[in-house]
Amino acid sequence: MKPRHESGITRRDLLRAGAGTAAVTLMAGASPFGMVRMAFGSEKAQSFTFAYLSDAHLYVKSLNQKFVDSLVKGVQNVNDMDPPPDFVFFGGDLAQLGHPDELKLGKEILSGLKPKLHMMVGEHDWYLDMGEAWKGLFGPDRYSFDHKGIHFVVLNSVIVKDYWTPNNMTPEQRMLAMAQLDNPKGEAFSVGSEQRAWLEKDLKKVKPETPLVVFSHSPLYKLYRPWNFWTDDAEEVQKILSRFKIVTVFHGHTHQILTNRIGNITFHGFLSTAWPWPYAPTGMPKLSLQMDRPDPFFSTDGCGWGTIDMLGSGQADKTYQLWNRSPMKVTYQEIAAGTWPPAYAQGSSGPSY
Amino acid sequence: MSCMKTCMALILLLTIAYADAYGGPYTLTIPLGLTETAIPKDNPMTVEKIALGKKLYFDKRLSADDTVACSNCHDPARGFADALPTSSGIRGQFGPRNAPTVLNSAFYALQFWDGRAPTLEEQAKGPIINPVEMGMPSHDELIKKLQGIPEYVKDFQEAFGSGITIDRLAQAIAAFERTIISGNSTFDRFLYGEEPDAISESARKGLEVFRGKGRCLNCHDFNPMYAFFTDNKFHNIGVGMDRTDYDPGRFKVTQNPADKGAFKTSTLRNIELTAPYMHDGSQKTLEDVVEFYNKGGIRNPYLDGGIVPLGLSDQEKKDLVEFLKSLTGDKPQI
Repeated sequence: MKPRHESGITRRDLLRAGAGTAAVTLMAGASPFGMVRMAFGSEKAQSFTFAYLSDAHLYVKSLNQKFVDSLVKGVQNVNDMDPPPDFVFFGGDLAQLGHPDELKLGKEILSGLKPKLHMMVGEHDWYLDMGEAWKGLFGPDRYSFDHKGIHFVVLNSVIVKDYWTPNNMTPEQRMLAMAQLDNPKGEAFSVGSEQRAWLEKDLKKVKPETPLVVFSHSPLYKLYRPWNFWTDDAEEVQKILSRFKIVTVFHGHTHQILTNRIGNITFHGFLSTAWPWPYAPTGMPKLSLQMDRPDPFFSTDGCGWGTIDMLGSGQADKTYQLWNRSPMKVTYQEIAAGTWPPAYAQGSSGPSY
Repeated sequence: MSCMKTCMALILLLTIAYADAYGGPYTLTIPLGLTETAIPKDNPMTVEKIALGKKLYFDKRLSADDTVACSNCHDPARGFADALPTSSGIRGQFGPRNAPTVLNSAFYALQFWDGRAPTLEEQAKGPIINPVEMGMPSHDELIKKLQGIPEYVKDFQEAFGSGITIDRLAQAIAAFERTIISGNSTFDRFLYGEEPDAISESARKGLEVFRGKGRCLNCHDFNPMYAFFTDNKFHNIGVGMDRTDYDPGRFKVTQNPADKGAFKTSTLRNIELTAPYMHDGSQKTLEDVVEFYNKGGIRNPYLDGGIVPLGLSDQEKKDLVEFLKSLTGDKPQI
C-alpha cells in the first residue's frame, strides 16, 4: 500500500480518537444538514459488502427468455447472500433497445431484490427517448449518496454528441445505432461539461480524505474507441477526482473481467448477466487478467455478477461471481503491491489457455 | 459371435486379485467397458469379507423392526434399485428420494444423490440409522443386536480377526458392493469390443444424438478406454424445482447457494432396469426423461448453463432411447 493512503487513514484515526469528536458536536450544532454530512465524511470508513448486477440487456420475454432468466438468476444469487449485502448496485443497460416494456420488465425483476437498490443508466436504456422512460421509472440519472463513511457518486457517462439530427435519424434508428458494438458513425461517450460541473459541485462538500466511489457505465478511461470502451472526457473527470486520496471507479458496459489503475484511481469492470464481450484488440490495461474464452456449451459461461468488499481503509476488494466457474477475487492489496495480475499471467497478452 | 470375437472380448476382461491378512484372496473380474476401481487401502477385498457383506446386505435384522434390508431398496431383481419413485423404509414410511442403483456405484467419486458420503463405507452407515429407512436408533444399538447373533460373531472374526463394529460392518458391505459391477453391454462390445454390429442402427444414431445435439455426453461422459457415464459432478437440471419446497440437494452438503437443486450425475449403465428416474423418481420412462431434457429441464434461477431446449425430432428421441437401452450390461455374479 502506498504511504499516502496510510497517512490519510492515520489522520482520520486521530480525528476520530480526539479532536474529531469535538468537531462533530460543533458542526452538528452549527447546521443541522450540510455540516452533519461533512462531519460524517470525516469519520473512518467502515467495512461492508455490496453486490453489483449489470448489463442485463433485456428484450421483452417473447423475444428473448434467456436474458430474462439470467437476470432472475442474478437477483436470486444476491438474495441468497448470507449475510446480505448493504445494497445492490445496477450498472446500466437494463434494457436492450430502451423500450419502456423492456425497462418495466427489468424493474419488475429487480423489485425481487431484498436489499436496497441503486440504479445507473447505460446507453441501451437511454437512446430511444433520451432517458425519459428510464428516469420515469428509476429517478435521476446522476446522484450521490453516503454510506458508512464513503461518498458514492453515480454518473451518466454515456452522453454523446448529437449525430442523429443532421442524419435525420428516427429515435428507433438512433437507438439501434447506439446498441451496436461497432458504431462507426457514432460519437464517443462522455460525461459532458454540464455533468462535470455538477460533479465538481457535489464533491465540494467532501473532504479529500473521504474515500470516494464513482459509478459509471463506460470505463472512465480510454480503452478502445471503436467499441466505445471509452469516455472521451475521461482525463477531465479524473482531474476532478485527483484531489481525493482514495478513489475507486466501478463500471459496467465491457461485460468482462477488467482492472485498471491510473494515478489515485482504481477501476473495476464487471460482468454482464447476458453475455461476455471479447477483449479489445488494443488498449488493454496492464492490470488486466483476461478471462478464458467462455465455453459456448454453457449458456451462462463468462456471465455472472459481482460482490464488492469495501475495506475499512476505503479501498475495495472485488469478487467476480461467475456462473460456470469458481469465483475470482481481486484484492486491493494485490493491486497496490503490484502482485496483480498473478506472475503466471504477467506479460501475457491474452487469456491463460 | 465368432470364436475370434469371443476370444477378443475375453482378453479385454480384466481380473484383479486381492488378498488380506484375514481372508482368502478375492479375484474381481472387471467387465468390458469398465476399469479398475479404487479399493480403500484399509479395506482390501477378501472372500470372507465379501461373503459377510453379502449376508449383511440381505439381512432385514439390520433394521429396527426386522423388515428392511439394504436389498429392499437395492434389489438385484430390480436393477439393484426398487422400481419406486421414492423408497419405502420401516413401517411403510417413504423417504424423499429415489433409490440409486448399487450397480457400478463403486465408480462414483461420492455417494448419495447429494454426494454427502465420500465412500461406499460411509454410505452404508447412513440408511441404517435413518428413521424412515432402516430406523435403528443408533449404530451402537445395531452392533449390540448383531453381537447377540453367534453366526455374525464368527463371521466377523473370520473376516476381520476381531469383533463386530460399525466400521467393520460398513467395510464388509462396501466390499460386497464393489463386486456389484456390470459392463459388457452391447454398447461396450460395439465401442470397446470392436463389434460394429453389436448395437442396432437406431442405437448408433442415438449415440450420435448422445454425443452431439442431445448434449448428453457433456455430463454423462465416457472416454476411449472405459465408460462410467458420469462426470461425478452435481448439476441443477430443474427436477423438482417447480415446487416451493424443492429438495436443495447438493446445497445441503456445501451450503453454497450455487448448488441449490443440484444432484449427482447418475451413471447411465443399466438405466433401462432402474425406472423411474431422477432423484425424486418423477420421470416414469426413458421416453419421459428424453422429453424432459428436450424441453430444457425445468426453468429456475439455479439451472445449469448446459441445460437448454434441444429441439430433437421424434426419430432422434427414439434413437436416443434405443441407445440408452444398449447400456444394459451383464448381471453381476454375486
